[in-house]
Amino acid sequence: MKVLVTVKRVIDPYVKVRVKSDGSGVETANVKMTMNPFCEIAVEQAVRMKEAGVVSEIVAVSIGAPQCQETLRTAMAMGVDRGILVETEVDVQPLAVAKVMKAIVAKESPKLVIMGKQAIDDDSNQSGQMLAALLGWPQAAFISKIEINGDNADVTREIDGGLEKIAIRLPAVVTADLRLNEPRYVTLPNIMKAKKKPLEVVKPDALGVDVAPRLTTLKVEEPAKRGAGVKVADVKELVAKLKNEAKII
Amino acid sequence: MSSYAAPLKDMRFAIRELAGLSEISALPGCQEVNAELVDAVLSEAAKFAQEVLDPLNRDGDKAGATLADGKVTAPKGFKEAYRQFIEAGWNGLGGPAEFGGQGLPHIVSTPVQEIWKSANMALCLCPMLTSGVLEALKAHGSPEQQKAWMPKLTSGEWTGTMNLTEPQAGSDLSAVRARAVREGSHYRIQGTKIFITWGEHDLTENIVHLVLARTPDAPEGVKGISLFIVPKFRVKPDGALGERNDIRCVSIEHKLGIHASPTCVLAYGDQKGAIGYLVGEENRGLEYMFTMMNHARLSVGVEGVAVAERAYQHALEYARTRVQGREIGQRGGDRVTIIHHPDVRRMLMSMRAQTEAMRALAYFTAAALDRARHHPDPAEKRRSQGLLDLLTPVVKGWCTEQGVEIASTGIQVHGGMGFVEETGAAQYLRDARITTIYEGTTGIQANDLVGRKVGFEKGASALAAIGAMRQIDARLAAVGEELASARANLKEAVDHLESATRWIVETFPSAPKAVAAVSVPYLKLFGTVAGGWMMARAALIAQERLKQPDADRDFLHGKLATARFYGEHELPRAATLAREVTRGADSVLALDPAKF
Repeated sequence: MKVLVTVKRVIDPYVKVRVKSDGSGVETANVKMTMNPFCEIAVEQAVRMKEAGVVSEIVAVSIGAPQCQETLRTAMAMGVDRGILVETEVDVQPLAVAKVMKAIVAKESPKLVIMGKQAIDDDSNQSGQMLAALLGWPQAAFISKIEINGDNADVTREIDGGLEKIAIRLPAVVTADLRLNEPRYVTLPNIMKAKKKPLEVVKPDALGVDVAPRLTTLKVEEPAKRGAGVKVADVKELVAKLKNEAKII
Repeated sequence: MSSYAAPLKDMRFAIRELAGLSEISALPGCQEVNAELVDAVLSEAAKFAQEVLDPLNRDGDKAGATLADGKVTAPKGFKEAYRQFIEAGWNGLGGPAEFGGQGLPHIVSTPVQEIWKSANMALCLCPMLTSGVLEALKAHGSPEQQKAWMPKLTSGEWTGTMNLTEPQAGSDLSAVRARAVREGSHYRIQGTKIFITWGEHDLTENIVHLVLARTPDAPEGVKGISLFIVPKFRVKPDGALGERNDIRCVSIEHKLGIHASPTCVLAYGDQKGAIGYLVGEENRGLEYMFTMMNHARLSVGVEGVAVAERAYQHALEYARTRVQGREIGQRGGDRVTIIHHPDVRRMLMSMRAQTEAMRALAYFTAAALDRARHHPDPAEKRRSQGLLDLLTPVVKGWCTEQGVEIASTGIQVHGGMGFVEETGAAQYLRDARITTIYEGTTGIQANDLVGRKVGFEKGASALAAIGAMRQIDARLAAVGEELASARANLKEAVDHLESATRWIVETFPSAPKAVAAVSVPYLKLFGTVAGGWMMARAALIAQERLKQPDADRDFLHGKLATARFYGEHELPRAATLAREVTRGADSVLALDPAKF
């Protein structure tokens, strides 16, 4: 069975993010970029399923600037068979991602789409759910375990207050949570091999998708600086402060 | 505690702009290498180093390797990290493709080595020695020996060591006494070897020792030493491990630094003699050993860069967080982090500027090595070999001497907290301290430089390099005011280097002892000025790149600042060093040994 995975190029999680001086967004020029950690987990899952003989082909899709090719190469070095870059300079929003992916699904007809549950840059947590809705496919977000069982996938979802085990019919969309697996380190021979794997570049227009933003960003600003803490003498004072100053109880 | 982050931007800049990646990519056998591949390799190596190797560095230093019942155990976590290292294929980076390596050129392997050594020098000495053994076997081993030993050394399933030193034979290997007696198709080896890095350990199931020893009828001195492969476990024809060889780890050294790396005393032949296999011909062992020594010397030079970088990052982190005193020249106001104090800034700038210069020179030399190996034009090949031969002792000697100094400055930035082990700053100085000693001390490097590399060839390569340094003068002049200070400082320093070089060439035939007396100042002079040359080139390129709209302005402005600092604070040392060289030999030798 064929699996599609999505990989997003984001600011490296260890980089201190700076807001642009005009408040229009965050500074990304000349900042270290990497694969979104949740996408890495999605890729790892697909590769493990291929190694287990459950999956026959893995195709990775990235949407964005030409530099996303590097992110696709990393995915291929992890074990993905080929890559598709949907190249656009537009800052794509979740709905656009879902529409693009719907068009790719139509072309590739995978049995399973594995996405990261969210990207660490905008934390939207929407693309997977939107894609499932557009396709009319079953979905399971925030999965920590998946097993293919004939035409079904048995998945464990991380929900508030516990784990939920469900079976969903394939084809389906799932999104990876943190505990699904621990991504491997890319090996040097695989970095070399990844260079030779096929990478196709298409434009959103060619897929018939309009990726123009639907949401407008009004302003981006740094969170307020945290003030210094104070020592309290006893519980009584703490409770009083929480009540009167912080006004949270 | 700081955690290591590979300085990928500066590494890329040095690889692409200063060492000339595109030129190397065009060479036969290197065509696979391009900027994208180098980026991918470096970022994955950086990730592995940051997440796996660096976190073990401190604990490894504290625990150290241990010896019990002849068995050496690496510190906790090292075996697992090494397993991950070889599983990820990193051991085979530069290794030959026919034995499972990736065959990547030195312009790639050198920066990757820097990353390993910054993150965990003690552990990464082990793969460095393995690659030295591979070099030697590739150049001098028989096809059968290559087939038997190289695949598992390339993958890292086995590790390699170099056994040269004996108690009475350190820098002077002509005094080697270990015996090798022929017994059919193999030899029986007997003797004691000391200072064997990773000579015994629990990381892998087998260890392949390369051992220098004398056959019974060998001539005296360096022309009577042969090279042998002596495995810890013998290997059966089907590749399975056989009997344990007659080699015993008698003790491991208690050292100033690199505690996690076991430095072993190995006793060969306590019983019947260890079984060894001759490499190449008898009595040519030292010559063979030197093919890998030159390569290893470059690697140790890179250790100087690596430890300097790590010490800088550590000091920077401390300077950014330690609050002490108020801004100079301001009344009142809040207390500030010490990075606001000018002298702390001076120290950080000197650490950074020197490290950048050292990195550039090391990568530049690695590129010369690639050209010397792969260039199709014999004249260019020869020229590159000359440059490589000249710069190898400079990179080894200068980068390690500066590495020690920079690690020491790193402690100074911490003040009293640097002197206590708790902050971790001291480890870098302790680790760096070996780098000016092993693979030939700074004195040995300097003798090689003034003798074989400058004296004997009447300064040809050195004067050619000086000519190249002068070539950028016109380009610096064309930029005008902005690089005027860089230009003036470089020109003056190159003049000093040239006059000292001419003094060496003139003095060497009649008074080699005088030349040897000032060889280390000459080596430092050469390194300082060559580093200045690299920084001036960097400034020129940065200047040019800044005109592009999508330029990385912060990085390039930083480069202009460090280049200027180097010119104003490091290059002026050329004057005093040149003076030491040309006028200082007599006083070195003024006192007879008996008068001390």
